[in-house]
Amino acid sequence: MDDRILTAVAAVVGVPIVLAGYLILSERLLGALSAPVQQRLRPYVWVVPAVSFATVFMVLPTLNTVVLSFMDRKSEAFVGFDNYVFFFTNPDTLGALKNSLLWLVFFTGFVVIGGLLIAVIFDRIRYESLAKTAVFLPLPISAVAASIIWKFMFEYQPPGTVQTGTLNASIGTLGFDPIPWLINSTTNNPALIFVGIWTATGFAMVIISASLKAISGELLEAARMDGANELQLLLLITTPLLYPTLTVVATTMVITALKVFDIPYVLTSGAYDTDVIARQLFSQIADAGHYGRASAVGVVMLIAIIPLLVLNIRRFRAQEEIR
Amino acid sequence: MTELAGGKAVLAPARPRPAFLRPLERTLRRLPLHLTVWVVMAIWLIPTLGLIVNSFRSVADMGNAGWWTSLFPPAGLTLESYEQVLNTEGVANGFLNSLLITVPATVIQVTIASMAAYAFAWMRFPGRDFFFIVIVGLLVVPIQMTLVPVLRVFAATGLAGTFLAVWLAHTGYGLPFQVYLLRNAMGGLPREVFESAEIDGANHVSKFWQIAVPMSVPAIASLVIFVFLGVWNDLLVALTYMGSSPNRPLTVVVTQLVTSFGGGWQFLTAAAVLQMSLPLVVFLALQRYFVRGITSGSVKG
Repeated sequence: MDDRILTAVAAVVGVPIVLAGYLILSERLLGALSAPVQQRLRPYVWVVPAVSFATVFMVLPTLNTVVLSFMDRKSEAFVGFDNYVFFFTNPDTLGALKNSLLWLVFFTGFVVIGGLLIAVIFDRIRYESLAKTAVFLPLPISAVAASIIWKFMFEYQPPGTVQTGTLNASIGTLGFDPIPWLINSTTNNPALIFVGIWTATGFAMVIISASLKAISGELLEAARMDGANELQLLLLITTPLLYPTLTVVATTMVITALKVFDIPYVLTSGAYDTDVIARQLFSQIADAGHYGRASAVGVVMLIAIIPLLVLNIRRFRAQEEIR
Repeated sequence: MTELAGGKAVLAPARPRPAFLRPLERTLRRLPLHLTVWVVMAIWLIPTLGLIVNSFRSVADMGNAGWWTSLFPPAGLTLESYEQVLNTEGVANGFLNSLLITVPATVIQVTIASMAAYAFAWMRFPGRDFFFIVIVGLLVVPIQMTLVPVLRVFAATGLAGTFLAVWLAHTGYGLPFQVYLLRNAMGGLPREVFESAEIDGANHVSKFWQIAVPMSVPAIASLVIFVFLGVWNDLLVALTYMGSSPNRPLTVVVTQLVTSFGGGWQFLTAAAVLQMSLPLVVFLALQRYFVRGITSGSVKG
């Protein structure tokens, strides 16, 4: 049998056995110690594997990346802020930064508002769960497969030939000329962002819908009796009540938008002015081999995320107080 | 909706309508709502449907007419693309690799995470809150921050391109979210159960194994699905740490094929369908757990 399969099976069976053995063995060793010392040490036995993974793969590399961002291509000498100067002056990286901001604003905005509207609309029909499944369906689909799905939607043939792309064929029947969606500089970024929206709206919808069900029907009924129309209900009652949920969804989407990599990588490889910072970072590693510049891009991403990090920790603390 | 109500008032005849017309009237009044729902569903379903239909057409057909023409006879469906794709270097192998990466990575992560989650939920120790705050903070740190140093360590140790490298990397990246989620689930279990077990002389190992884990099965199940799909669909981690290694998963293989074919990439529809078939089956079979995983991960549950 294939060696790879054996390795994988060994890992699947071995890791839980090793962890169980680790727990049992440490219990034995702890047993030899006095009760208070046992109580003191035992918790660390349980958290050490997870904490060391997080330290080795996230904390230390993050700190290391900050240092590397001040060093040259192969991290042999310090170069001060050169890599940052490059990032903020080079037209390619600036273009990527601009596009990432577009993603940040439009992807986040459309996913949150779209998710809210769809949740509210679907709430009124009897076949709600079926309709939700449709919007939810892209969620388990990888960004790679989603990009190929949309490559067919955006497919372009010169005017006068048969349009095999769904979008160009549709606008063709309405009498419009086909559009090279992914090349045309006014349509390509919106097109890529739409693919992102298409994959993520189901996520927003499910979370918002769960909170929506918790809003009391009596409250809405009372407002209706007072003569509020459906739009007023949505803007003045439902949305404010959903505000905490909408913040959670928006935070998640901002992070997703900043990290977006697969969709531009597969659909355009960042060409035609569609690059984003996460793909720039990868390209500095894989194509240019410039670890200093790659690290500087990473630090820019981290700095952009720090407000969310603070927000997240604050929200967590507030939740803990309720517990 | 208000406009429609106004319009109905104008059209409404003066005398009461026969009862059998009332359901019809209600349907008509709700027609704009249903139309909106159908349009939304169509936007979300048609692209995927198009890909699936195209994957069963010949490459020549794909170039001559849109996928929708195959909805009417003669459909001309064929398995050509699947044959071609499975004979393409790396695709069948990539599918196997994806499985061999995903299953162990999921098992490793979830076992380590449940141990730590138990300790964070049911043990007191100095530094507990500090460690947990760090974990909450790590939830938002982009993994891009770690690619360069980790890649260098993997390259220096000869791990780059191996399964072990991606198992470890996925575990490191996934643990913060999983510990967070499971700690919330385990922390929500009733205290009395643990206390009475303690009176019966149970130690932490048996409380973990006989109480915390069995009672958290729904949370663990949704987490397993979530992690499985995340690793199966990952591109960035595998692309960075495996590149063109023969061990690379299907996402990387498909991406490299798509970006290297200028034209004639159409047969890769079949590869995309293969790549998404497993997640879709898992999702459709276990949708309830999947949804619960998402809602409890983001909203305090």
